Amino acid sequence: MKIYDLIIIGAGPAGITASVYAARQKLDFLVISLDVGGQAAWSGDIENYTGYQFITGPELAQKFQEHMLQYGTLLKEGEEVLELEKSGPVIRIKTNKTDYQARSVIIASGKKSRELKVPGEKEFKNRGLTYCATCDGPLFSGKDVAVIGGGNSALDAALQLIKIAKQVYIINNTAGLSGDLILHRKIEEAGNVRVLNNSSVTQILGEKFVQGIKLKTQGQDKELAVQGVFVEIGLVPNSGFAKGVAKNPANEIIVDAHNQTNIGGIFAAGDVTDVPEKQIIIAAGEGSKALLGVFHYLSGNNF
Amino acid sequence: MIKNVKVYSTSTCPWCIRAKQFLKENNIEFQNLDVSGDQLAADEMMAKTGQMGVPVIDVDGEIIIGFDKEKLKLALGL
Repeated sequence: MKIYDLIIIGAGPAGITASVYAARQKLDFLVISLDVGGQAAWSGDIENYTGYQFITGPELAQKFQEHMLQYGTLLKEGEEVLELEKSGPVIRIKTNKTDYQARSVIIASGKKSRELKVPGEKEFKNRGLTYCATCDGPLFSGKDVAVIGGGNSALDAALQLIKIAKQVYIINNTAGLSGDLILHRKIEEAGNVRVLNNSSVTQILGEKFVQGIKLKTQGQDKELAVQGVFVEIGLVPNSGFAKGVAKNPANEIIVDAHNQTNIGGIFAAGDVTDVPEKQIIIAAGEGSKALLGVFHYLSGNNF
Repeated sequence: MIKNVKVYSTSTCPWCIRAKQFLKENNIEFQNLDVSGDQLAADEMMAKTGQMGVPVIDVDGEIIIGFDKEKLKLALGL
């Protein structure tokens, strides 16, 4: 079986940036990813990526993809890594389609939405309940919707929805919203948002489609009639396949200053790691750093 | 044989963009129905699939939910 210099797992900002650097270092590599753009593709408006005063998530993801593919990079899209294991100097990767081998790996598999884990969540997924306001928001035009969560992603979802929905409820389980203050002000300025603090969802209600939610608000049980539920309660790392790789209690992969994990030749970058602050620009920077780490590792080991 | 292809989508959903891009790359003609602006199309999509996730692709009556490249290739005979 062919042994690549490098396999990059994930094609979000970290994986794509690593691929651009890898192509310019003329490494023999490929990228395996379920999707392209990662969470950036699902973001609404982006106003803090240097060089772009304003760009939408799908547009930035498209630009990332063009940048990656202009080098003729080999991209295995729609492929999911199931296992990763190092034996001797070679790292073996098993996906849902086939097996690969490489001398080094960059894990840049990012994060996915955390689930509510309440009755009705699975049944009503895509039947009014969604994890992506950017994708599905426009279907709720003129309807009443609830955004579950109180951080930046919840506020971002709410701000997309105020332009579409009739009434937006933000269901926040702490005493006050977190996230950027500039977003708080935009929320306050909108006429059709109500924030319910100290509130948690206990059940999703409906028949064929969502008709409401049950919640505990300030200790009281309550029902709220909504046709849409947007779950934005944070993210969990896609690190389950990396079994021997050291992680912190949040299951983020632990990396050193050169993005090296506890296993030689296995590097990680972006939101899947324990690097503080999850931002598109940080993930991109970490991706380039990881690739340079890989480059030194490969030349230092005379592969 | 030309197949009748309909894409139910919204302008913002990344998978919709990718699905349409894939069809264009393969020179497949299709009718794009923006369910965010077209309530009739939205109702039609929900009636066909019993769900609200986009994209939904209808290839001669065969319904594919999401951008499932393999299923889409099979349905299109690519």
